[in-house]
Amino acid sequence: MKPFRCEHGTLVPLDRSDVDTDQIIPKQFLKRIERTGYGAFLFHEWRADASGVERADFVLNIDSYREGTVLVAGSNFGCGSSREHAVWALQDHGFRAVIAPSFADIFHGNALSCGLLPVTLAEHQVRALLDLALEEPGVECIVDLEDCTVSAGDLRFDFQLDPTKRRTLLEGLDDITLTLHNLDEISAFEATRPAWMPAVARAEETA
Amino acid sequence: MTRRTLFDKVWDAHSVVSDGAAPDVLYIDMHLVHEVTSPQAFEGIRLAGRTVRRPEQTVATMDHNVPTIDQLAPIADPVSAAQVEALRRNCADFGIACYGVGHRWQGIVHVIGPELGLTLPGTTIVCGDSHTATHGAFGALAFGIGTTDVEHVLATQTLRATRPRSMEVRIDGELANGVTAKDVALGVLRTIGTAGAAGHVVEYTGTTVTRLSMEQRMTLCNLTIEAGGRAGMIAPDDVTVAYLEGRPFAPRGEHWDEAVRAWEALRSDPGAAYDREVRIDAEELAPYVTWGTTPAQSVAVTDRIPDPDSFTDPSQRESAARALEYMGLVAGTPMEEVAIDVVFIGSCTNSRIEDLRSAAALMDGRQVAQSVRVLVVPGSQQVKLQAEREGLDRIFLSAGAEWRDAGCSMCLGMNPDFLQPGERCASTSNRNFEGRQGRGGRTHLLSPAMAAAAAIEGRLTDVRTFGARLTGAAS
Repeated sequence: MKPFRCEHGTLVPLDRSDVDTDQIIPKQFLKRIERTGYGAFLFHEWRADASGVERADFVLNIDSYREGTVLVAGSNFGCGSSREHAVWALQDHGFRAVIAPSFADIFHGNALSCGLLPVTLAEHQVRALLDLALEEPGVECIVDLEDCTVSAGDLRFDFQLDPTKRRTLLEGLDDITLTLHNLDEISAFEATRPAWMPAVARAEETA
Repeated sequence: MTRRTLFDKVWDAHSVVSDGAAPDVLYIDMHLVHEVTSPQAFEGIRLAGRTVRRPEQTVATMDHNVPTIDQLAPIADPVSAAQVEALRRNCADFGIACYGVGHRWQGIVHVIGPELGLTLPGTTIVCGDSHTATHGAFGALAFGIGTTDVEHVLATQTLRATRPRSMEVRIDGELANGVTAKDVALGVLRTIGTAGAAGHVVEYTGTTVTRLSMEQRMTLCNLTIEAGGRAGMIAPDDVTVAYLEGRPFAPRGEHWDEAVRAWEALRSDPGAAYDREVRIDAEELAPYVTWGTTPAQSVAVTDRIPDPDSFTDPSQRESAARALEYMGLVAGTPMEEVAIDVVFIGSCTNSRIEDLRSAAALMDGRQVAQSVRVLVVPGSQQVKLQAEREGLDRIFLSAGAEWRDAGCSMCLGMNPDFLQPGERCASTSNRNFEGRQGRGGRTHLLSPAMAAAAAIEGRLTDVRTFGARLTGAAS
């Protein structure tokens, strides 16, 4: 995973709550078996009409926001489907951090796993960032994970992140590598599992 | 001794490493896999030169992409076909049981887990799918994960997870005639909202819940994710045990006895504290229908579409206004005047045999409205076979509905079953998000009985007065 330390980039306002992962990346693009190449389909149905013509009023189609790397949105961001493709699409488009008053749990976990920083701020702080980004298109935002701050214009807010998750992001570690250090404990645990626990013998597939 | 909740007991029993500060290493008993969220995980395993730690605790099926007509024919969409083929190859390479297309156990992953007896009380179950919450109906801790976590479970049979908070949703009282588990779930969503259970594992308790059948409990737990809940759980009881006994992978002989004894302890201790508690009076619930684009935006079918200005919260007001525009609805319209084009009876929420029986009972001897297309999609091959044994397929077909093969189908429209722009659908599924059932499609979530009534009338209809009205018309 690419480490995340500090991101300087244009702040992109997506002023709505309950942005679900079906909107972030619609199902027709989940048939691919690759992990990359989803950026072109990000917010597909908000970005273009059914004939593929860009909607001029959608934020990612406005020149000052096109190259943005920090998204700021309403509460419960990433709700719905567990599709990690939503995180991949945001990253593939160029986003490195998303700021919101709250995130859906699965999206939040997926983002951390992939190195997309989810920043949770208070509702009024997010409102201030949304207003700033709307009033000053192209305004730069700095998301610093070293000191856990978000700065843009005259605004500066502290945020919190689970210390372990913060470390894995700062160092670009992946969870599997960490967990493989616990193999002895896992094996010991497995030895104590009751016999009734579910298991499928390969031979039973044709039962 | 500390009094613990059901969730505490299952979590504690699976915590392999717990040092308080870092996330726990949580052991996973059963890993369910489908074709959409797994290919990149298997690729990761291969690229890192790793292997699947416990293939015997991993089970795969194909559900999202599969056509529901001529399912055994080659899939016409080459991208879908490649994804299904990738799962077949990955399972073969890593020694994982795959109940895919053509297998008599194929079906929606959350339907086949319980019906095969793979879903057991007190176990941890994960799947790269948000509706994994369904399995909590058995007193399992079951939750959806992303693809990186799928890879983590394949490699280590564990997850690194921070302990969620606990929440009790207590529902007491008799459900009125025509009010189903789906309405209970929609009622909970109306009460707590789309993020009302975020960060929490919900335990459903109360007399209403204990009186539900296993299939109804699955419907209730299934929709926990729509309230943002990490998982939904119901303590196992005699109903649970009776459902599981004799299922293909349920324990047998002395293992069964040992399991049943262990499950008896799987309940929250009296006085155990939850981080949050919500109470719902079952007698106040009605058959609900969603009018908006989140599952929490619903009203009783006898109500009118709300005016966005009636919401005091500015973000809810804006969301309602946007939803009405997308849905092509006018505030103040009675829900029962909303005409529909399509009815979808299916999905991991409502595609089990009891759901089909409930819809068939209303459609028996009647005809679906001429302008309405009705898809009935059983949740699994086993449900399909059972329905055909009971003659339900003939009821649906004579009524003018389509009887399909098993899969996720129009719940999300990844296969050829999707809405055309502007089409309005009465759907027993779980999400009414913009475009969920097809670009520009408009979804109204409701129960199977309400969907069947809508199919006959061609518009949203109160199932409680539906039968009486028809009788009245005939006389």
